[in-house]
Amino acid sequence: MAGEGSDTPETGGDEKARIARQFIEAIPFSKALGMRLEEMGDGVAVISMPYETALVGEPRTGVIHGGAVSALMDTCGGAAVMCHPDAVSATATIDLRIDYMRPATAGERITARAVCYHVTRSVAFVRAEAWDADEGLPVAAATGAFTVQRQSGGEGGK
Amino acid sequence: MSLRRPPEPVHLVKQRRDRALAALTEGVPYVGFMGIRFDRRGDELTAVMPYDEKLIGNPTLPALHGGAIASFLEVAAIVELSFQMLWDEIESGDLDVEALGPDALPRLPKTIDFTVDYLRSGLPRDAYARARVNRSGRRYASVHVEAWQDNRQRLFAQATGHFLMPVRDGGEG
Repeated sequence: MAGEGSDTPETGGDEKARIARQFIEAIPFSKALGMRLEEMGDGVAVISMPYETALVGEPRTGVIHGGAVSALMDTCGGAAVMCHPDAVSATATIDLRIDYMRPATAGERITARAVCYHVTRSVAFVRAEAWDADEGLPVAAATGAFTVQRQSGGEGGK
Repeated sequence: MSLRRPPEPVHLVKQRRDRALAALTEGVPYVGFMGIRFDRRGDELTAVMPYDEKLIGNPTLPALHGGAIASFLEVAAIVELSFQMLWDEIESGDLDVEALGPDALPRLPKTIDFTVDYLRSGLPRDAYARARVNRSGRRYASVHVEAWQDNRQRLFAQATGHFLMPVRDGGEG
Protein backbone atom coordinates (compact mmCIF):
# COMPACT_ATOMS: atom_id res chain seq x y z
CA MET A 1 0.00 0.00 0.00
CA ALA A 2 1.86 3.09 1.15
CA GLY A 3 5.20 2.64 -0.52
CA GLU A 4 7.80 5.12 -1.67
CA GLY A 5 5.66 8.20 -1.99
CA SER A 6 3.73 7.26 1.16
CA ASP A 7 0.24 8.68 1.45
CA THR A 8 -0.01 7.75 5.11
CA PRO A 9 -2.06 10.46 6.84
CA GLU A 10 0.32 10.79 9.79
CA THR A 11 3.33 13.01 9.43
CA GLY A 12 6.59 11.12 9.32
CA GLY A 13 5.06 8.21 7.41
CA ASP A 14 7.95 8.24 4.95
CA GLU A 15 10.49 8.37 7.71
CA LYS A 16 8.80 5.53 9.57
CA ALA A 17 8.77 3.38 6.43
CA ARG A 18 12.43 4.15 5.76
CA ILE A 19 13.47 3.20 9.29
CA ALA A 20 11.40 0.03 9.18
CA ARG A 21 12.91 -0.94 5.82
CA GLN A 22 16.44 -0.48 7.07
CA PHE A 23 15.54 -2.43 10.17
CA ILE A 24 14.23 -5.39 8.16
CA GLU A 25 17.23 -5.43 5.88
CA ALA A 26 19.39 -5.51 8.99
CA ILE A 27 17.84 -8.77 10.22
CA PRO A 28 20.65 -11.33 9.73
CA PHE A 29 18.44 -14.38 9.09
CA SER A 30 16.17 -12.59 6.62
CA LYS A 31 19.29 -11.29 4.88
CA ALA A 32 20.77 -14.82 4.76
CA LEU A 33 17.61 -15.98 2.96
CA GLY A 34 17.93 -13.08 0.50
CA MET A 35 14.61 -11.45 1.46
CA ARG A 36 13.60 -8.19 -0.17
CA LEU A 37 11.05 -5.72 1.16
CA GLU A 38 8.66 -4.84 -1.63
CA GLU A 39 6.06 -2.73 0.15
CA MET A 40 5.32 -1.65 3.67
CA GLY A 41 2.75 0.67 5.19
CA ASP A 42 -0.50 0.89 7.13
CA GLY A 43 -0.18 -2.57 8.63
CA VAL A 44 0.49 -4.32 5.32
CA ALA A 45 3.87 -5.74 4.27
CA VAL A 46 5.02 -7.50 1.11
CA ILE A 47 8.37 -9.33 1.21
CA SER A 48 9.84 -11.66 -1.39
CA MET A 49 12.51 -14.36 -1.30
CA PRO A 50 14.50 -15.69 -4.29
CA TYR A 51 14.80 -19.36 -5.22
CA GLU A 52 18.09 -20.76 -3.95
CA THR A 53 19.29 -24.36 -4.18
CA ALA A 54 20.59 -24.07 -0.60
CA LEU A 55 16.99 -23.73 0.60
CA VAL A 56 15.73 -26.94 -1.02
CA GLY A 57 13.89 -29.38 1.24
CA GLU A 58 13.02 -32.11 -1.31
CA PRO A 59 16.13 -32.87 -3.40
CA ARG A 60 14.29 -34.91 -6.01
CA THR A 61 11.81 -32.13 -6.85
CA GLY A 62 13.89 -29.07 -5.93
CA VAL A 63 11.04 -27.67 -3.83
CA ILE A 64 11.97 -25.08 -1.18
CA HIS A 65 11.82 -26.32 2.45
CA GLY A 66 8.72 -25.32 4.40
CA GLY A 67 10.96 -23.83 7.08
CA ALA A 68 12.24 -21.18 4.65
CA VAL A 69 8.64 -20.30 3.73
CA SER A 70 7.86 -20.07 7.48
CA ALA A 71 10.77 -17.67 7.89
CA LEU A 72 9.42 -15.50 5.07
CA MET A 73 5.91 -15.50 6.60
CA ASP A 74 7.28 -14.69 10.06
CA THR A 75 9.40 -11.78 8.80
CA CYS A 76 6.52 -10.46 6.72
CA GLY A 77 4.09 -10.77 9.66
CA GLY A 78 6.49 -8.88 11.95
CA ALA A 79 6.90 -6.15 9.32
CA ALA A 80 3.12 -5.77 9.01
CA VAL A 81 2.89 -5.28 12.78
CA MET A 82 5.77 -2.77 12.80
CA CYS A 83 4.13 -0.56 10.19
CA HIS A 84 0.66 -0.59 11.74
CA PRO A 85 -0.60 2.98 12.32
CA ASP A 86 -0.71 2.38 16.11
CA ALA A 87 3.01 3.08 16.56
CA VAL A 88 4.55 -0.24 17.49
CA SER A 89 8.22 0.06 18.36
CA ALA A 90 9.10 -3.62 18.57
CA THR A 91 7.41 -6.98 18.18
CA ALA A 92 8.04 -10.70 18.62
CA THR A 93 6.09 -13.71 17.41
CA ILE A 94 3.80 -15.34 20.00
CA ASP A 95 2.58 -18.07 17.67
CA LEU A 96 2.42 -18.72 13.95
CA ARG A 97 0.48 -21.37 12.09
CA ILE A 98 1.30 -22.13 8.46
CA ASP A 99 -0.85 -24.14 6.06
CA TYR A 100 1.09 -25.49 3.10
CA MET A 101 -1.42 -25.59 0.26
CA ARG A 102 0.83 -26.65 -2.58
CA PRO A 103 4.57 -27.02 -3.23
CA ALA A 104 6.19 -23.84 -4.57
CA THR A 105 7.45 -24.33 -8.12
CA ALA A 106 11.22 -24.95 -8.22
CA GLY A 107 13.13 -21.96 -9.57
CA GLU A 108 10.48 -19.34 -8.80
CA ARG A 109 10.63 -16.40 -6.40
CA ILE A 110 8.18 -16.56 -3.45
CA THR A 111 6.33 -13.41 -2.37
CA ALA A 112 4.45 -13.07 0.91
CA ARG A 113 1.87 -10.44 1.82
CA ALA A 114 0.92 -10.00 5.48
CA VAL A 115 -1.87 -7.91 6.93
CA CYS A 116 -1.95 -6.85 10.55
CA TYR A 117 -5.75 -6.74 10.83
CA HIS A 118 -6.19 -5.98 14.50
CA VAL A 119 -4.08 -4.54 17.29
CA THR A 120 -4.94 -4.41 20.99
CA ARG A 121 -2.87 -2.78 23.73
CA SER A 122 -0.56 -5.77 23.81
CA VAL A 123 -1.30 -8.15 20.92
CA ALA A 124 -1.26 -7.81 17.12
CA PHE A 125 -3.14 -10.28 14.92
CA VAL A 126 -1.80 -11.13 11.48
CA ARG A 127 -2.89 -13.05 8.39
CA ALA A 128 -0.52 -13.78 5.52
CA GLU A 129 -0.38 -15.57 2.19
CA ALA A 130 2.51 -16.46 -0.12
CA TRP A 131 2.65 -17.05 -3.88
CA ASP A 132 5.15 -18.10 -6.50
CA ALA A 133 4.83 -16.90 -10.12
CA ASP A 134 1.31 -18.39 -10.28
CA GLU A 135 -0.74 -15.78 -8.47
CA GLY A 136 -3.86 -17.92 -8.49
CA LEU A 137 -3.63 -20.36 -5.61
CA PRO A 138 -1.25 -19.35 -2.79
CA VAL A 139 1.54 -21.82 -1.90
CA ALA A 140 0.93 -21.16 1.79
CA ALA A 141 -1.27 -19.24 4.21
CA ALA A 142 -0.48 -18.21 7.77
CA THR A 143 -2.12 -16.75 10.85
CA GLY A 144 -0.23 -15.45 13.82
CA ALA A 145 -0.25 -13.42 17.00
CA PHE A 146 2.59 -11.01 17.77
CA THR A 147 3.56 -9.02 20.85
CA VAL A 148 3.11 -5.24 20.81
CA GLN A 149 5.83 -3.17 22.44
CA ARG A 150 5.08 0.50 22.30
CA GLN A 151 7.50 3.41 22.47
CA SER A 152 8.35 3.94 26.12
CA GLY A 153 6.77 6.97 27.74
CA GLY A 154 4.06 7.40 25.12
CA GLU A 155 0.53 6.15 24.80
CA GLY A 156 1.21 5.19 21.23
CA GLY A 157 -0.46 8.32 19.92
CA LYS A 158 2.32 9.52 17.67
CA MET B 1 12.56 -72.07 17.21
CA SER B 2 15.89 -73.82 17.33
CA LEU B 3 16.96 -72.20 14.05
CA ARG B 4 17.37 -68.77 15.63
CA ARG B 5 19.86 -66.59 13.73
CA PRO B 6 22.90 -65.39 15.68
CA PRO B 7 22.65 -61.72 16.67
CA GLU B 8 24.05 -59.32 14.11
CA PRO B 9 27.35 -57.64 15.10
CA VAL B 10 26.54 -54.33 16.83
CA HIS B 11 28.77 -52.23 14.60
CA LEU B 12 26.86 -53.35 11.51
CA VAL B 13 23.52 -52.46 13.11
CA LYS B 14 24.80 -49.02 14.13
CA GLN B 15 26.36 -48.41 10.75
CA ARG B 16 23.07 -49.12 8.99
CA ARG B 17 21.12 -46.81 11.31
CA ASP B 18 23.70 -44.03 10.95
CA ARG B 19 23.81 -44.35 7.15
CA ALA B 20 20.03 -44.05 6.93
CA LEU B 21 20.00 -41.01 9.26
CA ALA B 22 22.84 -39.37 7.32
CA ALA B 23 20.94 -39.84 4.06
CA LEU B 24 17.86 -38.16 5.54
CA THR B 25 19.83 -35.13 6.71
CA GLU B 26 22.87 -34.71 4.45
CA GLY B 27 20.72 -35.20 1.38
CA VAL B 28 18.58 -32.15 2.20
CA PRO B 29 20.31 -28.83 1.32
CA TYR B 30 18.25 -26.71 3.76
CA VAL B 31 19.33 -28.88 6.72
CA GLY B 32 22.94 -28.10 5.80
CA PHE B 33 22.17 -24.41 5.25
CA MET B 34 20.75 -24.23 8.79
CA GLY B 35 23.70 -26.21 10.21
CA ILE B 36 21.33 -28.71 11.84
CA ARG B 37 22.67 -32.14 12.83
CA PHE B 38 21.27 -35.09 14.77
CA ASP B 39 22.49 -37.09 17.74
CA ARG B 40 21.20 -40.66 17.84
CA ARG B 41 20.80 -43.07 20.79
CA GLY B 42 19.11 -46.19 19.46
CA ASP B 43 15.98 -44.86 17.81
CA GLU B 44 15.97 -41.63 19.86
CA LEU B 45 17.00 -38.54 17.92
CA THR B 46 17.99 -35.12 19.23
CA ALA B 47 18.23 -32.32 16.70
CA VAL B 48 21.04 -29.83 17.36
CA MET B 49 21.26 -26.35 15.83
CA PRO B 50 24.64 -24.82 16.75
CA TYR B 51 24.53 -21.05 17.20
CA ASP B 52 25.42 -19.03 14.14
CA GLU B 53 25.21 -15.26 13.67
CA LYS B 54 23.08 -15.63 10.57
CA LEU B 55 20.26 -17.20 12.68
CA ILE B 56 19.66 -13.91 14.53
CA GLY B 57 16.36 -12.10 14.04
CA ASN B 58 16.72 -9.29 16.56
CA PRO B 59 20.31 -8.00 16.76
CA THR B 60 19.65 -5.62 19.66
CA LEU B 61 18.51 -8.27 22.17
CA PRO B 62 20.04 -10.43 20.52
CA ALA B 63 17.53 -13.22 19.80
CA LEU B 64 17.19 -16.03 17.25
CA HIS B 65 14.83 -15.35 14.33
CA GLY B 66 11.34 -16.85 14.69
CA GLY B 67 11.75 -18.27 11.20
CA ALA B 68 15.04 -19.95 12.14
CA ILE B 69 13.30 -21.50 15.16
CA ALA B 70 10.34 -22.64 13.02
CA SER B 71 12.74 -24.14 10.46
CA PHE B 72 14.65 -25.98 13.17
CA LEU B 73 11.46 -27.47 14.63
CA GLU B 74 10.08 -28.46 11.24
CA VAL B 75 13.34 -30.16 10.26
CA ALA B 76 13.36 -32.01 13.62
CA ALA B 77 9.76 -33.18 13.04
CA ILE B 78 10.30 -34.38 9.46
CA VAL B 79 13.54 -36.22 10.23
CA GLU B 80 12.01 -37.93 13.29
CA LEU B 81 8.96 -38.98 11.29
CA SER B 82 11.04 -40.19 8.32
CA PHE B 83 13.46 -42.10 10.54
CA GLN B 84 10.56 -43.84 12.31
CA MET B 85 8.95 -44.60 8.96
CA LEU B 86 12.17 -46.30 7.78
CA TRP B 87 13.10 -47.91 11.11
CA ASP B 88 11.63 -51.37 10.50
CA GLU B 89 13.26 -51.58 7.07
CA ILE B 90 16.57 -50.39 8.50
CA GLU B 91 16.41 -53.04 11.24
CA SER B 92 15.39 -55.88 8.95
CA GLY B 93 18.00 -54.91 6.40
CA ASP B 94 15.32 -54.56 3.71
CA LEU B 95 16.38 -50.96 3.12
CA ASP B 96 19.53 -50.76 1.01
CA VAL B 97 21.22 -47.99 2.98
CA GLU B 98 24.30 -48.06 0.75
CA ALA B 99 22.16 -46.98 -2.19
CA LEU B 100 20.70 -43.98 -0.31
CA GLY B 101 22.06 -40.64 -1.36
CA PRO B 102 20.95 -37.13 -2.25
CA ASP B 103 19.59 -38.41 -5.56
CA ALA B 104 18.09 -41.58 -4.16
CA LEU B 105 16.27 -40.56 -1.01
CA PRO B 106 13.11 -42.32 0.07
CA ARG B 107 10.07 -40.08 -0.40
CA LEU B 108 9.72 -37.78 2.61
CA PRO B 109 6.54 -36.84 4.48
CA LYS B 110 5.03 -33.53 3.31
CA THR B 111 4.02 -30.84 5.79
CA ILE B 112 0.29 -30.10 5.75
CA ASP B 113 0.39 -27.49 8.51
CA PHE B 114 2.79 -26.44 11.23
CA THR B 115 2.07 -24.33 14.32
CA VAL B 116 4.89 -22.88 16.37
CA ASP B 117 4.44 -21.64 19.91
CA TYR B 118 7.21 -19.21 20.88
CA LEU B 119 7.57 -19.53 24.65
CA ARG B 120 10.57 -17.26 25.24
CA SER B 121 13.13 -15.59 23.04
CA GLY B 122 15.84 -17.79 21.57
CA LEU B 123 19.22 -16.95 23.05
CA PRO B 124 22.36 -16.73 20.93
CA ARG B 125 23.34 -20.27 21.98
CA ASP B 126 23.02 -23.80 20.61
CA ALA B 127 19.47 -25.14 20.47
CA TYR B 128 18.18 -28.69 20.87
CA ALA B 129 14.91 -30.34 19.88
CA ARG B 130 13.16 -33.65 20.20
CA ALA B 131 10.08 -34.67 18.25
CA ARG B 132 7.41 -37.18 19.26
CA VAL B 133 5.15 -38.82 16.72
CA ASN B 134 1.75 -38.80 18.42
CA ARG B 135 -0.01 -40.52 15.59
CA SER B 136 1.22 -42.06 12.41
CA GLY B 137 -1.32 -43.64 10.11
CA ARG B 138 -1.03 -44.74 6.52
CA ARG B 139 -1.76 -41.25 5.19
CA TYR B 140 -1.56 -38.72 8.00
CA ALA B 141 0.76 -38.17 10.92
CA SER B 142 0.71 -35.76 13.86
CA VAL B 143 4.05 -34.75 15.39
CA HIS B 144 4.89 -32.61 18.42
CA VAL B 145 8.32 -31.00 18.88
CA GLU B 146 9.92 -29.45 21.94
CA ALA B 147 12.98 -27.22 21.81
CA TRP B 148 15.26 -25.97 24.54
CA GLN B 149 18.66 -24.37 25.02
CA ASP B 150 20.51 -24.49 28.30
CA ASN B 151 17.86 -26.20 30.41
CA ARG B 152 15.85 -29.17 29.22
CA GLN B 153 12.97 -28.13 31.51
CA ARG B 154 12.77 -24.58 30.15
CA LEU B 155 11.41 -24.96 26.62
CA PHE B 156 11.88 -21.89 24.41
CA ALA B 157 9.58 -23.15 21.65
CA GLN B 158 7.25 -26.01 20.85
CA ALA B 159 5.33 -26.96 17.73
CA THR B 160 2.71 -29.32 16.38
CA GLY B 161 2.56 -30.31 12.75
CA HIS B 162 0.50 -32.55 10.52
CA PHE B 163 2.11 -34.45 7.70
CA LEU B 164 1.03 -36.36 4.62
CA MET B 165 2.86 -39.68 4.52
CA PRO B 166 4.48 -40.73 1.24
CA VAL B 167 2.98 -43.66 -0.63
CA ARG B 168 5.08 -46.70 0.34
CA ASP B 169 5.04 -50.23 -1.10
CA GLY B 170 3.61 -48.54 -4.14
CA GLY B 171 6.62 -49.25 -6.29
CA GLU B 172 7.98 -45.71 -6.45
CA GLY B 173 11.48 -45.90 -4.95
